[in-house]
Amino acid sequence: MRPAHDFKPRIMGFLCNWCSYAGADLCGVSRYQYPPSVRIIRVMCSGRVDLEFVLRAFTRGMDGVFVGGCWLGECHYVTEGNYDALSMMHLGKKLLQEAGLNPDRLRLEWISASQGNRFAEVMTEFTNELKEIGPLGAGEGMSDETLALKLEAIRKVLPFVKLVEREKLRVRFENKEQYAEYFDGPEATRLFKDQIADKLTISQILLLLKDRMLTTGEIAAQLGINSSNVAKFLTESSRQRLIRFDQAEKRYALV
Amino acid sequence: MTLNIMPIEGLNLKRPAESNLGDVLVVGGGISGIQAALDLANTGFRVYLVDKSPAIGGRMSQLDKTFPSNDCSMCIESPKFIECSRHPNIDILTNTDVRRVEGKVGNFKVQLYRRPRYVLEDKCTGCTACVEYCPAQVPDAYNQNLSLTKAVHIHFSQAVPLITYIDPKTCLYLQDDKCNICVGVCKHNAIDLHQKPESVEIEVGSIVLSPGYQIFDPAKRNDYGYGKIKNVMTSMDFERILSSTGPYEGEIRRPSDGKHPHRIAWIQCVGSRQVIPGGNSYCSSVCCAYTQKQIILAKDHAPELDATVFHNDIRAFSKDFERYYQRASGLSDVRFIRSYVTIGRELPGTNNVTIRYATDGEGVKEEEFDMVVLSVGMNPPDDAKELANLFGVDLNKHGFCKTNPLNPIETSREGIFVSGTFHGPMDIPEAVVSASGAGALCGQILAQQRGKLAREREYPKERDVTKEDPKVGVFVCHCGANIGRVVNVPAVVEYAKGLKNVAHAQESLFACSTDNAQQISDVIRERGLNRVVIAACTPRTHEPLFRDTVREGGLNQYYFDMANIREHCSWVHSREKEDATQKAKDIVRMSVARSSHLQPLSEFDLPVNKATLIIGGGVAGMTSAYNMAEQGFEVYLIEKDSDLGGMARRLQRTLEGIDVQAFLNDLKNKVFRHPSIHVYTDAELLEVTGYIGNFTSRLNVEGRQMQIRHGAVIIATGAVEYRPEEYLYGQDERVMTSLELENSIQQQDARVKNARGVVMIQCVGCRNAERNYCSRVCCTQSIKNALKLKKENPARDVYIIFRDMRTYGYKEDYYREAADNDVRFIRYEPEDKPRVSAVEENGEKLLRVDVYDPILGQRLALDADVVALAAAVIPPPGNQTLARQFKVPLSPDGFFQEAHVKLRPVDFAADGVFLCGTAHYPKHLTETISQAYGAAGRAICVLSSDTVAASGAICDVNINNCVTCGACISACSYDAISFQETPKGKKAQVNPILCKGDGLCNTKCPTGAIYLKHFTDELIFSQIDAA
Repeated sequence: MRPAHDFKPRIMGFLCNWCSYAGADLCGVSRYQYPPSVRIIRVMCSGRVDLEFVLRAFTRGMDGVFVGGCWLGECHYVTEGNYDALSMMHLGKKLLQEAGLNPDRLRLEWISASQGNRFAEVMTEFTNELKEIGPLGAGEGMSDETLALKLEAIRKVLPFVKLVEREKLRVRFENKEQYAEYFDGPEATRLFKDQIADKLTISQILLLLKDRMLTTGEIAAQLGINSSNVAKFLTESSRQRLIRFDQAEKRYALV
Repeated sequence: MTLNIMPIEGLNLKRPAESNLGDVLVVGGGISGIQAALDLANTGFRVYLVDKSPAIGGRMSQLDKTFPSNDCSMCIESPKFIECSRHPNIDILTNTDVRRVEGKVGNFKVQLYRRPRYVLEDKCTGCTACVEYCPAQVPDAYNQNLSLTKAVHIHFSQAVPLITYIDPKTCLYLQDDKCNICVGVCKHNAIDLHQKPESVEIEVGSIVLSPGYQIFDPAKRNDYGYGKIKNVMTSMDFERILSSTGPYEGEIRRPSDGKHPHRIAWIQCVGSRQVIPGGNSYCSSVCCAYTQKQIILAKDHAPELDATVFHNDIRAFSKDFERYYQRASGLSDVRFIRSYVTIGRELPGTNNVTIRYATDGEGVKEEEFDMVVLSVGMNPPDDAKELANLFGVDLNKHGFCKTNPLNPIETSREGIFVSGTFHGPMDIPEAVVSASGAGALCGQILAQQRGKLAREREYPKERDVTKEDPKVGVFVCHCGANIGRVVNVPAVVEYAKGLKNVAHAQESLFACSTDNAQQISDVIRERGLNRVVIAACTPRTHEPLFRDTVREGGLNQYYFDMANIREHCSWVHSREKEDATQKAKDIVRMSVARSSHLQPLSEFDLPVNKATLIIGGGVAGMTSAYNMAEQGFEVYLIEKDSDLGGMARRLQRTLEGIDVQAFLNDLKNKVFRHPSIHVYTDAELLEVTGYIGNFTSRLNVEGRQMQIRHGAVIIATGAVEYRPEEYLYGQDERVMTSLELENSIQQQDARVKNARGVVMIQCVGCRNAERNYCSRVCCTQSIKNALKLKKENPARDVYIIFRDMRTYGYKEDYYREAADNDVRFIRYEPEDKPRVSAVEENGEKLLRVDVYDPILGQRLALDADVVALAAAVIPPPGNQTLARQFKVPLSPDGFFQEAHVKLRPVDFAADGVFLCGTAHYPKHLTETISQAYGAAGRAICVLSSDTVAASGAICDVNINNCVTCGACISACSYDAISFQETPKGKKAQVNPILCKGDGLCNTKCPTGAIYLKHFTDELIFSQIDAA
């Protein structure tokens, strides 16, 4: 779907106080111009940006979420939360992708306090990229209901994602490229698939069943995945007594 | 008298001298006087801040923006006005002259003369009813007489004190006994036309002179038609025109007809670099950069504008100036033309002005401009001679204050220091540095009196509003025109009024002005507000000021939020007014939503370790160390080399002829012998932990590990000389760097001693793509060597091949001396660099330098026995590591990056860490010394308190939600979280002293049990939901 020409993307920006927020300030002081698309929330460290925030912003209709932090090695804090922000961003992108949303809607950049010009460049570029991608949901050809369901499903698995991150995906590399390589690589992909993606599907099924009872086929159609896969999850969820098969309706329902 | 020695680590107070008085007089309330007053007041001294004008602020308050960051001048200066006016240790005396000075260091008796203001300070509310009714319209000096004001008026809209005064020279009553309307209209009986002058005697221990400078007046000689031709103006006139509080409210108009000029010319060096009568021989140092600033701003106001600069050398010699010059010259329709000019004539009808100038190819041209700006320089203050007589200090040959040649802050009289431009032309950061330095030197004299006379600030009792529903007050700032020109402020106010929980909304011209701050506190009380949102600029600069205002209103300071509608809105969307207004509404809405969820937080005091770690034992580090030790503080001075001295070991004499080695040895001796200075050579910093007031550093000293504890840090690691790879350096021993040449001259090296021709090449290794900055010192270094070489042997040929000679300030005199002594100067362009080759001719081995001479218009082949390269000053290799250890940033060029280029030049954004010397940027020895005192002064602002307040925005745990998983503990490298027994069992608990409030643990907690106060999920969700 081609985005409407006059589509003005809305971006939620989370900027760390010490580098990116200061960079955005310097951008203003220097009078570099960028499109009025971003609404900024100041956090003390990019590591404070929780996936919950990202989800919340998308749930409230933001077309993109931007996270700005200090360059690696330049974090103001000993905790070096910008490395964690990088992992968070990769997980966030995977979750979006898994739910059928364009992962490019979540963007993380390092912008130092002296890079006013870079802030304007990044904002302009991200805005233009989002114009191409189109409005949230609509850009992916997704109805509002489906979008809401997908986002809510992701939100529900986030506490679990945090546990998996801590247990299995807590990694530390030197640079952005190495993070990308790892998170796009086989190990992380497998871990994500096994540990998180399935949970996300189940989360979606449970949300669907909240409103009414459904058949395997109906669920498969709504989620856009094939019936045999759905059947597998339904069997598993039944075994865990999350759902049951209603013999009278010949449909699945919540327990 | 006995002294109660405090049992605090690192503090060594000697017995006090009875005569020392702990008060300081600061004469002149411009930015440097203000900074000196604040630093002194914050380190426990009482200060009288005296200014002869009706308000403090000085020249900086007249500037629209400041280079090279384009910060709004008033916006960054006015919070300091308020800080001064609120400071319990500062008495501001405006409209006041000094009449008599007696006594000596430690015990000066000063008679102050307070001229009548004809307005009673304690009664005037600044309502300006009198101004409205005053019939006497007079030119407004604050606006360079480009607009009118009244005989009774407020000096400028953010003035401190913000009350009116009557100009006796224009008041009809005071002149002719004709009118006293103002007396009748004033409801507060604040006007007293019979007010008499008052004489005040004060006793002070030391004095800081900061009377500033006078702008060069081109009208006196009718330079370039100024004063006769309407559209010829000075740069200060133009500065006012650019300003939103200026004569045309920030629109660029010209005086003759009020039209927008399209073609503007700037003429550089007006009144500077001139040896004709009435001119100044020195370079005024700031004009090149401020002209570039004016062009960038003018182009921002009117993008289609044509700007032309007629200049001599472009002196972009300070941090980031080279890039600033590139930015200005790279704008469309901007021309920089290297030429002397004359004004042709004023054209009848249009009032346009013609300028004649020489071009390289086309001879003399005459060109028409709509307006001409004269880039005027700095003169000594008009009353410099009187001041000198009064205070018994000497002036130099230029009429500025004479200072110790190796300590630019010390005057010829003990106990009297100079701060700012009274020393000579300098820019704002240098003035601020010298102010902090003057504070440090006063502290050195008065250390034993610290805190004796100081007063504590008192705030009203905090109202408990936790049971109340939110009542938010919203204040939307115009910031003059900075916001108001783009964002529709009244519309934002109207919008804010309709938001949930908003009980009050209003606009203000400058939210940061004293009267507005006062008014905000009043409104909080009158309306019973319990949350405040100020929609203005960035919290990174103004949050402390407004939090203080909220406290004055009787609220906890955390019931405050800033909506940044300037840096993040009006300034970045200046051409999309509607969208910007919408965005401003959104930002305000987010801020209001957030503020409704704010909780009161309490800060707590942490003890301050009084010792300092100084890294780098060069002149900078040693100067800071000695000053701080003399003030009673313990200093650990570490140096990676096996001896102290740094780069200064390679300098023989200064340009002015001072023996550097003698000075250095004296300083080293003083440092080595001082009982409070612990010197560690061959020392390396391995690791640093902690925070302001409480650092712990692990060192490796001569292979042995040790640990020290300290409350502050000064980074003074210096810089190194670039090792050239060009011009046969390293291949031919007759090619050397400027420093090597200096040493060779001193050592009577045969290569140099017998040299008949010496060629110096400037800008080697900098001002290029790799190092896009000017090394600042090399032009002077070459001039110094050239003069030496000529003195040794006047028949010797000395050439300096340069790009721009950057002998700023008084150094210009030596440049002229060199030219007078037949040193030959040839300018080259970076695209056509000189070429050096080794040749053999008639059996003689020579170096040959090929260079194009633009004046002769031909290529020259210069024969030389020695070629000296002005090699760049570059950051030392260890900067990266140090930057990481202290969590402080580096500039793009690899030098350390200060917290604010203008007003916090030796501070880092990280609290408790300071910098000085060439670690900051290349600089001369005296500048390094000045900065070292500045850094010492700033560090003592931290160390002179026994405690430092820790932020209330730290983490806490809701034990009901804690599942004891330990995710937060593993995330916290500060070790601030641990499991503790609680009534609910073993749960994570936060040590508030160790928590630094980054909030990383929050994102790791699967149940949301741990939360960062002031940045809780609830607060951030409320912002997201409202966005």
